[in-house]
Amino acid sequence: MYIVVVGGGRLGYYLSKALLNEGHEVVIVEKEASFCKIINDEMGGVCICGDGCETTILAEVGTGRADMLIAVTGDDEDNLVACQVAKHKFNVPRTIARMRNPQNEAIFKKLGIDVTVSSTNVILEHIQEEVPTHPLTHLLTIRDRELEIVEIKITPEAAATGKRVRELSLPEGCRLALVIPEKQKPRMPTNDTLLQAGDRIIAVITPEAEETLRAALSGI
Amino acid sequence: MKVIIMGCGRVGARLAGLLDTDGHSVTILDTDADSFRRLPATFKGTALVGNGLDQEALKRAGVEEADAFVSVTQGDNRNVMSAQIAKHIFNVPKVVCRIYDPLRQELYSTLGLETLGPTTIFAQMLREKLEA
Repeated sequence: MYIVVVGGGRLGYYLSKALLNEGHEVVIVEKEASFCKIINDEMGGVCICGDGCETTILAEVGTGRADMLIAVTGDDEDNLVACQVAKHKFNVPRTIARMRNPQNEAIFKKLGIDVTVSSTNVILEHIQEEVPTHPLTHLLTIRDRELEIVEIKITPEAAATGKRVRELSLPEGCRLALVIPEKQKPRMPTNDTLLQAGDRIIAVITPEAEETLRAALSGI
Repeated sequence: MKVIIMGCGRVGARLAGLLDTDGHSVTILDTDADSFRRLPATFKGTALVGNGLDQEALKRAGVEEADAFVSVTQGDNRNVMSAQIAKHIFNVPKVVCRIYDPLRQELYSTLGLETLGPTTIFAQMLREKLEA
């Protein structure tokens, strides 16, 4: 794939390195000449010095034939504009933007950015999950279907402990996919499955139903 | 009408003064409180420190009840992003934004944003002066 990366900061640098290692064709567009030099000295001439929001620069690096543009500068507005120019001027099929402010997700989506990654949210989620008392962990997001796969721990004091699946008031559209008991093999739950303290449950839910599910399984 | 202006530079401050004199209710936003010194002494509107890219700051400025939104900061991308937030998230009826880069201006005009490009306008005006 031919990938244009806008922003040659730390994120752009490591991302491009990984993409190059995977065998992709990568070009980085970075404003700061000193950053360009560091990248080019180390990775070979992959970095072009210029403003990745400017049509002329994007044309120069051949954005018209790019399969993907990834904007990872430190400014949300620059990432948004780079993706919009790529999408509307060069018909790039896939645009990915990094966001600093998680609130911007709605506007980025509305304006047609295909994938948004909120660095703040990613770090926040990881920190939350490292808090031992936090019962719900996000494992995977299936973005185009608005679904997520989560893991929930059943604590001894949870209301669900000692209950069967049919007795739980699960939110609509929620599927319990797997029960992983502490000492036995994982199994697919049925309505008769008895939940015990220490069980871990893998469930497929919509983001809105997350709170209801957490309350149903680990609530007291 | 109720107008929100993002960016209290020379243009923003002057526009705020003009609209205020015309009797409109004006709120002007800038990230730097120091820039409000440009506002005329007679200005009766509201000057708020805040980032127009931040939806919370826009709400504080009353974007939900605004009739018009103007973005005139120094950054094209900032202007473009806040104008799109005002238009698409808060449904402000009239949104105008300044874009210096002519190519970017052309793109956002075709995307339905009401834009003003000082670079193009001023260059044309200068040519007319010189060729007159």
